[in-house]
This record gives sequence, C-alpha cells and structure tokens, in this order.
Amino acid sequence: MNTQKTKSVIVIGAGIAGMESSAQLASFGHQVTLLEKEKVVGGHVANWERLFPTMKPASEIIDLLKTDIMNNVNVQLDAEVFKIEFSNQEFIVTLTDGQILKSDAVLLATGYDLFDPRGKEEYGYGIYDNVITSAELEAVFKNGKELKTSTGKTPKRVGIIHCVGSRDIKAGNQYCSNVCCITGVKQAIEIKEAVPDAEVFCFYMDLRMFGRYFEDMYLKAQEKYGVQFVRGRLSEACENQDGSLIIKVEDTLASKPLKMTVDLIVLLLGFEASKGTTSLGKMLHLNFGDDRFISPTNEHLLRHNTKMEGIFVAGTCTGPKSIIATISDARGAVITVNNYLNNLN
Amino acid sequence: MNIEGKKAIWKDYQKDIADDSYFYVRSCVRQNFLPGSETTFIRIVREELGKDIYEHPCHTTCTGIGYHGDIVPVDTMMTVVARQFALMTEAGYENLVPSCITSFGIYTEVLDTWHHFPEVEARVREYLRMATGREFKIPANIAHASDIIYKFRKEIATKAMYKLINKNTGKPLKVVEHIGCHYSKMFPEKGVGGAEYPYVLVGMIEEWGGEVVDYPERRHCCGFGFRQYLVQANRGFSISCSRKKFESMQDYEPDMIITNCPGCPMFLDKWQYAISELEGKTYGKDGMGIPVFTYEEVAGMLLGYDPWDLGMQVHQVAVEPLLDKIGVSYDASRKYLGINNKNLGQPKSPNVLVTAKSLLSESL
Repeated sequence: MNTQKTKSVIVIGAGIAGMESSAQLASFGHQVTLLEKEKVVGGHVANWERLFPTMKPASEIIDLLKTDIMNNVNVQLDAEVFKIEFSNQEFIVTLTDGQILKSDAVLLATGYDLFDPRGKEEYGYGIYDNVITSAELEAVFKNGKELKTSTGKTPKRVGIIHCVGSRDIKAGNQYCSNVCCITGVKQAIEIKEAVPDAEVFCFYMDLRMFGRYFEDMYLKAQEKYGVQFVRGRLSEACENQDGSLIIKVEDTLASKPLKMTVDLIVLLLGFEASKGTTSLGKMLHLNFGDDRFISPTNEHLLRHNTKMEGIFVAGTCTGPKSIIATISDARGAVITVNNYLNNLN
Repeated sequence: MNIEGKKAIWKDYQKDIADDSYFYVRSCVRQNFLPGSETTFIRIVREELGKDIYEHPCHTTCTGIGYHGDIVPVDTMMTVVARQFALMTEAGYENLVPSCITSFGIYTEVLDTWHHFPEVEARVREYLRMATGREFKIPANIAHASDIIYKFRKEIATKAMYKLINKNTGKPLKVVEHIGCHYSKMFPEKGVGGAEYPYVLVGMIEEWGGEVVDYPERRHCCGFGFRQYLVQANRGFSISCSRKKFESMQDYEPDMIITNCPGCPMFLDKWQYAISELEGKTYGKDGMGIPVFTYEEVAGMLLGYDPWDLGMQVHQVAVEPLLDKIGVSYDASRKYLGINNKNLGQPKSPNVLVTAKSLLSESL
C-alpha cells in the first residue's frame, strides 16, 4: 500500500511545454496546478494554423493536449504570478489577484516572446503597411482570410526575410532561433498554395534544415512550388508610392547587390526569452545564459534542474525549440520533477 | 505609410542639445561650397535666438576628410581634435557645435574611442602636450549645428516671415530631406531621430509648414563619400549615387531638397548640372532642376534674409522658382553683386539645365 502523501507541483505557463508536463505529472499521481496568465491555453502554438513538417493543423495538437489536462490538472487562466517564495519546506506562489497557492515544486514553462521587429528599423515594420511578421501571416491563414496587400490586392511577389532578430549581434541576439528557417519554408509553400501565381523569394543566411523531413520540405518548396531561395540578408526596405516595397539585399552567392520590388514582406521573427521567463528567473535568482534564456544546472545532463532546489524548467524558457523538441523536453522535465517529488519526505 | 511608427522611433532617439553658450567650429569646405550658410547660422543664433556663440580664430579643420580619405593617420586626427577641445577649454566653453557633419562624426567617434579606450585618450593628451603644451576638458555637450536649429525650430517659426507653403495653392511644399551620413549612421543615438528615419530636418520642415517626401532612395548616400569623389577615378560612382536619388525622388515632384551636410548640397546641386550635360536630363519641371538648400539657408530665407546674402547665387540649380513659389522678396538684379556692390561676374548658362538667367535671356 502506498502511504506516501500526495505531492504537489505548480506549473507556470500553459503553452505546449506546460500542458504536456502538467498532464504527465498528473498521470504520475501528483497534484498539479497549471497557471496561465492569458485567457486561453496553448501559448504561441495556439496561434498557428498548420505545423511543419507534417502540415497537421496546430489545433489538433492543442486539442490533444487539452484533453490530457482536462480531468486531472487544476488549470487556472488569467493567473499571473506576482511572487514565489520558499518557506517551511514548500513554495508559496502569490498571484497578482492576491490568491496564494502552495506546492512542493515549481516547474517554469514560461516560454519565449517573439522578437519585436521594430528593433530592425531598416525593415520598416510598423511604418510600411506591407511589412508583416510570420506570426501575422500565420493569423491570416488561421483565420481563413485571403492573402492581400494593405491596399487589398493579391500579392504578385512576396519576400520572406529569415533571421529577423536571430543570429544578429546588432539586434542583441547572437543565437539561432531554430525554427524560423523551416517556418519560412512552410509559409513559402502556404503562400504558393494560396496564390499559385505569386513569386516567393526567401532571403536567408544559412538554411538550417536540421529536423527530420525538413530537408524534404525545402526541396519540395523549390521543385514543386518554385520558391526561390536567395542567400543574402536584407539591408533595407523602402516604400514606393503604390505601397509596394523596394528591398535591397546582397546576393552572397552571386556576390552582387540585389534590388527588387515586392508587394509584401514577411519577417521571420526569432525567439527571445519571454518577459515571464525573465522576471520569474530573476525573482528566483536563477542563472541566465548570454542569450538571456534560463541556464539549467547542467546543459548536458541536468537540463531541467536549476540552481534552486525544487524549481525546474521545461520548454523554450531555456532556449528556442521546435514543437517536437519542446514536447520531448517537457517529458524530460516530468521525469526530473517526478523523481524529486518522490524523494521528498 | 504609418507615421505613428516613425513617431515611435523618433521618441527613442532624442538627445541632449545644449541651450546656450556654444563653441562653434567651422567646416573646412562649406565656406567655399555654401558661402552664406555658416554666417547665417551665427546670425540666427545671436540675433534671432539671443544665444552666446563663439568661434576661436585659431581653430582648424578637424582633418575628417583626410582621415576618411586614408591620408591623415588616426592619431594625428585625434590630436587635432584634442587641440580643438583645448581651444574651447581655454575660451571657457564646454558646448561644442560643429558646422560640418563629418566633423560631428569625427568628434563623436573620438569621444567614443576615448570612452572605451582611456589609454588612447591619455596617449593623445600626451601628444598634444608635447606638440603645443595645451590641456583640455572633454566637452559637456556636442550638438551639430542642425541640432541647434532643430532645437529652436519653433522660435524660428514664430519669427519667420514666410512658410514652406506654395503661396499660389496654399499647399505645403514637398520637401526632400537629406541627412549627411556621418550625422547618425555611425552613432544612431547621437542623431535626433536615429539613423533610419532621422528627424532633425523633418522636424524643421514640419514646423516651417512643409511636407516631407519619403522616397525609396531616401537613405542612399548623396555621392560625396570622400573617396568616391576625391579619387578622380571614382567620380562616376559619385555621380551615379546622386543620379539614383534623383531618379527615385522625381516621381514625387519635390519642390526642394534640404540637407545638413557640407558635401550633400554641393553634390546634389552640382551633379544635376553634370547629369543634364551628360544625359540631357533634368529632374524639375520645364527643364529646371530641383533646388537644393542648407537648413541655414532655409531658416534664413524664411526669416526674410536676402537670398543673395545667404549665398544662394552660387547654387547651380536656380533658386528663383522656389523663392517665387513661397513669395520671398528678392532683387534679381543684385544676384551677382557682392559686398559694396562689387560685380562678382555671372556664370555662363548651361546647355540643358534651365536657370533663372537663361529664362531671363529667353524672355529678353
């Protein structure tokens, strides 16, 4: 007979890492509270229409994860953490509405924010109407809208700009955001599906097709859809009188400057540590890497532990990850947290 | 175009500009290129704004053109800069106001270098001591002269006799603004409005009634670029830079171009003549060019100063059509008269570019 007292854990952040880890921790018999500052669960993935490389609907993944947390997890929405303290062998989590929760462990799944492209002033986001982000393009697809320019025209030529806020020392982010390359390929295909006559150009530094099927998708984009990949970084975008955009790029394979007009620019936004990741990490005096994501105790073997006993990390709060990697990471965190809880007196 | 997006960026790039007591250092080329602009700046600051501005008779070039042209070594340049600072210190001033954009960039670059490498500052101090026996204080404030006019643009507007408005249509004049590269492209935080959407001239144009033209090649270099022009073999590149800008802006039918750099008005003005001779092409209406001005000339013109006292007679592209659009009063017969009515001589009319003189000849 198991006489052990039920252990409790608070998971902060109901993106896919928080949802997956909550469901799995609950399945191990722990009492799980999942806190989400927004009014819905699903994090960034909930804003996506289809997922690379399978092209499955994102809603399918979110629905499955929702099913898993439906019965055994105490989900609190609109619940923002104000303070986390450790006292009398337990964590005391105070929410901004004054509610106080207690637990034996805390798992941070506070994720990432998208890079604010206004920081790349020369790209003209927020100034030129036909410069949009990958997230905004995803919203067009998700909401079943037609792809149009700001003046309501069907774009004939679209430029997709890779590495916006990634691998860019001047933008303050030296690191690679992992998923933008394949997102660009996916969205290029989706644009061609939506507007078959449109010319789509991807401007990249390197194409990092590291995941299974990524390379296949990249080849398909070229061979089946005719997406053109140009190795070169955008130097600036300017607006014509008709709202179209002149872009200047260096084609580094041809060793020539390139200037062309496009109707729409899509900026593939990189990841940054979310405000929640930053504020909670600082509150708990955790270690951060130079990339400003949380550093676990050991990058190789203790990827879910932090310098503070009882505080664990999962998902993209420790750096950019794909959905597949995030789910795997969440499950790894579950094992670590479960072992910790089981070893508590 | 979403102007709110620009305003958000402009908010991020505001700088401290000293309120009074300026130590003015002149450009080494502007007095030839644009002979009335620096005098006009001093006149506006002293007489219109009532500020104290001083220029030391012994100050020199900053060596910026030589430095960027790979002729003057960096230590020499820094020592000359240190001497300028020493003159300012000796004169009891601490707010440096360079007339030249390159100088502004040079002073900013030197101070930034010294900030990051104090041992370099110590070395340069020693060079200056050995060469001249002088000492200096680091300036409390460095603002380009256009920053000063920007800071007091509202005061100038209240005193102005004219606005950047077409007197016949009542509509704002369409103005191209061109910022010197070294104003903020090297140190965006040192320029009003930053590097991508500089506000320093936009603020003046808006305040004085004009409408800014945002054309695709707005950011492109005017074509001076030191080695582009100073090395004779590169001059084709220089003129092609200017041409690229004219081609890009002409569809917007700008009434005028305003600049804040010594080189830009020179090249944007004179290359219009060269292009007209080479290609038979002009960028203004009826064979005219697009007139090019310094911000001091524009401020002086709106304040009612005589255009010929402002030095506008040395412009290649005729200014008269713009003066007429605004309604500025001028005496055409005095255009080429200097001090004490000395006849300065009249240039020949170009073959293609229509000037006020050639218009006048035709009407005669």
